[in-house]
Amino acid sequence: MRGVDLARRAAIAAGFVFLYGPILILAAMSFNASKLVTVWGGFSTKWYLALIEDTAMLDAARISLEAAALSAAIATALGLCAAVSLTRFGEFGTRTVFFGAIHAPLVMPEVVLGLALLSAFVAFGMERGFATLVIAHATFTMCFATVVLVAALRSFDPALEEAAQDLGATPFGAFVLVALPCVAPSLVSAFLLAFTLSLDDLVIASFSTGPGATTLPMRIYSQVRLGVTPEVNAISTLLLAFVGLVLGLSALATRGRPSGAADLA
Amino acid sequence: MTTKPILSVEHVSKRFGAVVALEDVSLEVGEGEFFALLGPSGCGKTTLMRLIAGFETPDAGRVVLAGADLSGTPPHRRPINMMFQSYALFPHLNVFDNIGFGLRRRGAGREEVARRVDRMLEIVQLQGFAGRRIEQLSGGQKQRVALARALAPGPSLLLLDEPLGALDRKLREETQFQLKDIQRRLKTSFVIVTHDQDEALALADRIAIMRQGNVEQIGPPFEIYERPANRFVAGFVGATNMIEGRISRDGGAFFVAPFGRLERSDRALPDGARAALSLRPQQIKIRRDGDGIPGVVEDVAFRGETTQLRIGVEGQEALRVSCAREAGFAPGEAVRIEIAPDAGVLFSGSE
Repeated sequence: MRGVDLARRAAIAAGFVFLYGPILILAAMSFNASKLVTVWGGFSTKWYLALIEDTAMLDAARISLEAAALSAAIATALGLCAAVSLTRFGEFGTRTVFFGAIHAPLVMPEVVLGLALLSAFVAFGMERGFATLVIAHATFTMCFATVVLVAALRSFDPALEEAAQDLGATPFGAFVLVALPCVAPSLVSAFLLAFTLSLDDLVIASFSTGPGATTLPMRIYSQVRLGVTPEVNAISTLLLAFVGLVLGLSALATRGRPSGAADLA
Repeated sequence: MTTKPILSVEHVSKRFGAVVALEDVSLEVGEGEFFALLGPSGCGKTTLMRLIAGFETPDAGRVVLAGADLSGTPPHRRPINMMFQSYALFPHLNVFDNIGFGLRRRGAGREEVARRVDRMLEIVQLQGFAGRRIEQLSGGQKQRVALARALAPGPSLLLLDEPLGALDRKLREETQFQLKDIQRRLKTSFVIVTHDQDEALALADRIAIMRQGNVEQIGPPFEIYERPANRFVAGFVGATNMIEGRISRDGGAFFVAPFGRLERSDRALPDGARAALSLRPQQIKIRRDGDGIPGVVEDVAFRGETTQLRIGVEGQEALRVSCAREAGFAPGEAVRIEIAPDAGVLFSGSE
């Protein structure tokens, strides 16, 4: 028995090390006094201080956050519309086609989607920059938001909306007053999913953005090619802390709600 | 129905694809009446209720409320409220906001809402529950909140879809009395949908018995029970023995059952006609000796106030008979049964 118990613990430990070991090393190395990421030279916060001086890196972080927030908001709004039409309008003629079209980006190679977006921007004569970055990110994160919201609306009891209408709410009023508050945790989930997807995207951003709108993953990637300094670790650690904080807050905000944000967040 | 009708359902038909849910259904509900739609599942009673509420539109016919045709009026503009079978309470709102929901949609002010919600909580005996969350309530409390929410806007007609279905037996009986009492006090017309005959018999002023999209009979509970219009109603409402046989007019009027000739006082059916006699268990008298049809006690079931017996007779499946507990019949005992000439109801066999 003891042997089995020990083996089980070891398996769990191995799993956690596999998943989170690299992240811990990354965070630890951001406090490395040495210039080399591979050699520990004592504790220091100098790379965080250096970061404050590095305006290019901070600009990239700001652009990434702004693009993520904006594109996630657009993706959630469009995803809600798509989810409503998929769950409420019955079996309309082109439903299967629509369903497929919505879900295609889930399986489409990112390189292909990026190239397609680039071709479209060029064809439409659009100057590449922040706007095209947001459009591109909204395009590819919307399908994820839709999947989350379709699941939420499917599990939502339609009798609740009927009850609201029966009590005098218009069909639209019933949706806003009853259905939306009930799926609010999933709206938060959908937004956060789109937000994090946008934040860490490198491929599609490389295709769709232009000069002056370099995202953080692009900046980090280009720095790494020149040689990694613990400064990259520092900004990555900050990013990690930020995402953790947002997810923690959203878990707190949606705690105890019937349909959980916990499925994804 | 003694009062003037508030709701008229006129020749309403409804199909779902090839399935006929309602076929030329007409009925009226009086002002302040407690009306029940009773029938087995799939009989169309729920469809009829949803049609009255406005969630379905009839293929033919119309629904008239207080003289106004409701055709084309969406649910939110009908002065009809519904208590849903699942209660459909809003999980994101507390008890107060659930009950106040309908009042707010009508544009009631803060004070009016507060006053009216307080009154409703008092009626359903949930004072002090206003701030509770829905998930903190027991099944019985949820049921009462759902009732209060449906009553709060002061509807002309309240629809109740299996309102007691989710409650356990003891609570159901208690709640039946409360529901009846509330209806009597508010003088609102109630239409209840149920498949539970005890519930319909106990609550309703009048009952409509439905089967396969048709109304089989409408009448007060005792009339439905004592004078069922056809075999289906007789079999559906209350326990009954359905005895197949034929009529003989040879020297009087007789119903010839497989186990003997029974004298009848009703003389509507002609000689030789096939017929069925519906006999309630308590309409069969049972004795240890004397005249009467011979039978054997097959089974005895204690039911508290009465005892249910199964009496084996010739050429017929065992008859259900109820007798007083004190009679003390035992299985295997030979008995005599007697059926009065005016007991039960005869149906023509062509049905």
